[in-house]
Amino acid sequence: MSIINVARIELLIARRNMWVATSVLMMAVFSLVLTLAGGAPTGSVGVSPLTVAATSITTLSVYLVPLVALLLSFDAISGEAERGTLALSLSYPLSRAEILIGKFLAHFLVLGFAVGVGLILSGLLVVWQTGNADMSFFPLIRLFATSLALGSAFLGLGYLVSSLVRQPGVASGAAIAIWLVAVVLYDLVLLGALVSDGGGVFTKTFFPWLLVANPADAFRLLNMPDVLVPELTSGISNAGLVSGFAGQLTSLLLWPVLALLLAWAAFRRVEP
Amino acid sequence: MSLLKLEKVTKQYGSLTTVNEVSFSLEAGQRVALLGHNGAGKTTLMRMMLGLTTITSGHIDILDTVPGDSQARRQTGYLPENVAFHGALTGREQLRHFARLKSVPVTMADDLLHRVGLNDAADRRIRTYSKGMRQRIGLAQALIGQPKLVLLDEPTSGLDPVSRHEFYEIVHELAGEGTAVLLSSHALSELETSTDRIIILSQGRLVANNDLASLRRNARLPVRLNVTATANTADQIAAELGGQRVNCSSVELTCQQDEKVALLGQITRLGEAVKDVNVIPVSLEELYRHYSKSTPEDQ
Repeated sequence: MSIINVARIELLIARRNMWVATSVLMMAVFSLVLTLAGGAPTGSVGVSPLTVAATSITTLSVYLVPLVALLLSFDAISGEAERGTLALSLSYPLSRAEILIGKFLAHFLVLGFAVGVGLILSGLLVVWQTGNADMSFFPLIRLFATSLALGSAFLGLGYLVSSLVRQPGVASGAAIAIWLVAVVLYDLVLLGALVSDGGGVFTKTFFPWLLVANPADAFRLLNMPDVLVPELTSGISNAGLVSGFAGQLTSLLLWPVLALLLAWAAFRRVEP
Repeated sequence: MSLLKLEKVTKQYGSLTTVNEVSFSLEAGQRVALLGHNGAGKTTLMRMMLGLTTITSGHIDILDTVPGDSQARRQTGYLPENVAFHGALTGREQLRHFARLKSVPVTMADDLLHRVGLNDAADRRIRTYSKGMRQRIGLAQALIGQPKLVLLDEPTSGLDPVSRHEFYEIVHELAGEGTAVLLSSHALSELETSTDRIIILSQGRLVANNDLASLRRNARLPVRLNVTATANTADQIAAELGGQRVNCSSVELTCQQDEKVALLGQITRLGEAVKDVNVIPVSLEELYRHYSKSTPEDQ
């Protein structure tokens, strides 16, 4: 019951949060723009326009979803500790696990809303463009589900940082650093290693697993249909095949659990 | 049976001892003030009572259980020092949230808003509240669920005199209902009439724990009398009574509490020469300074 109460108040706060409104708007606008832009050159390829739209949105979501998740979560513990409301909450009959799960539930719903609105608009746009509603919406549903898993992983990482760092200012910096490393630098470093290795042991043995170990890359691989992979990401396609669907899914599902457990362990040690 | 009982409670942060072997207890319906300068250990003491921070040594018994127990938390109200509620919420939303956390009907939150005088502002965002109004929200949440024990950390800081008066009225009502109230403060003067007992902490040690009259008696600080002369008689009065002339028409005398009546008689016998007499009792500030400097053995 306390979990629901914490989630309720967090949702109320999120509804009035500028960041959340901006995130929802941003995701919706980008989803629509990418759907429109992606539709133009595919007329004769024979791939479903929805698949193309989902692929375009995937390349964007891999940056945006973690960013939105971190923006929602970096303040969750450190902000409350600084404002003194954490000490107050903990003087109520309420456990730390309940606080964390309640906040996660609220932020998960916010993320689902932000991603969902964009994808529904994209789907409607494609149906309207093609005049055909009789198609498989699986790529959009898959994108929605995997976005939530990716977002959950970064929510957990955000709570972890928020618990480890007492000042919200420092926590926001650390959150941006996590984002930069996980979704930008990680791939660059792997790519650099790939190039210098020139198809050696690293490329064949370690690279596929290192790639899939990053939830952002697992998310990318899961949402890139095999038909399009050769054109879009020639280097990554083989790697995707080695780790396989199971490996990608495991990574994407394991990260949220792991991140939330670590966040909880760190939160337990926070003295309000 | 005490609602709250501390036995030789000590808190150490590394080599720093912020609370040093403090023992006292609190009964139902008592209003007790915790006095001490910044860093004397008041806040740490309250946080230990609530289980927010660990106790290095000693023992705290709160509502027949240990600090942090959910049964104790349900029956305890707490107002932290300098708490800042989320500005995006309205007072009513914030208070109803706390009511739900304590599993009491949300209508109770509305009643409390009324009680602390926030009825008109209840549906405005907390961001627009003044410092005093925020402090009232804090007080209101501490009263949710008719707690048996209320811990208030610097509850009157930032309140104007009228609000302070209203605040102590609420504390008085609470105590009347059987709630034990422990509040910390630096604003000493206001505690004179509004507390049953005063505990003075100095550098983590409990240096005094008694009602105000006993503290005054035991401190044996001198009472001051200010005598105003009618005309040019100030020197004569000063010579007669052995006081100190402070300006052309008044003389200041000091004496012990038990000599006061005799001295007043002496002044009255001077007849026409005396225009007015003011008795200035030992103030809480003086007591506080006296006990802060003393060692526990002096009390």
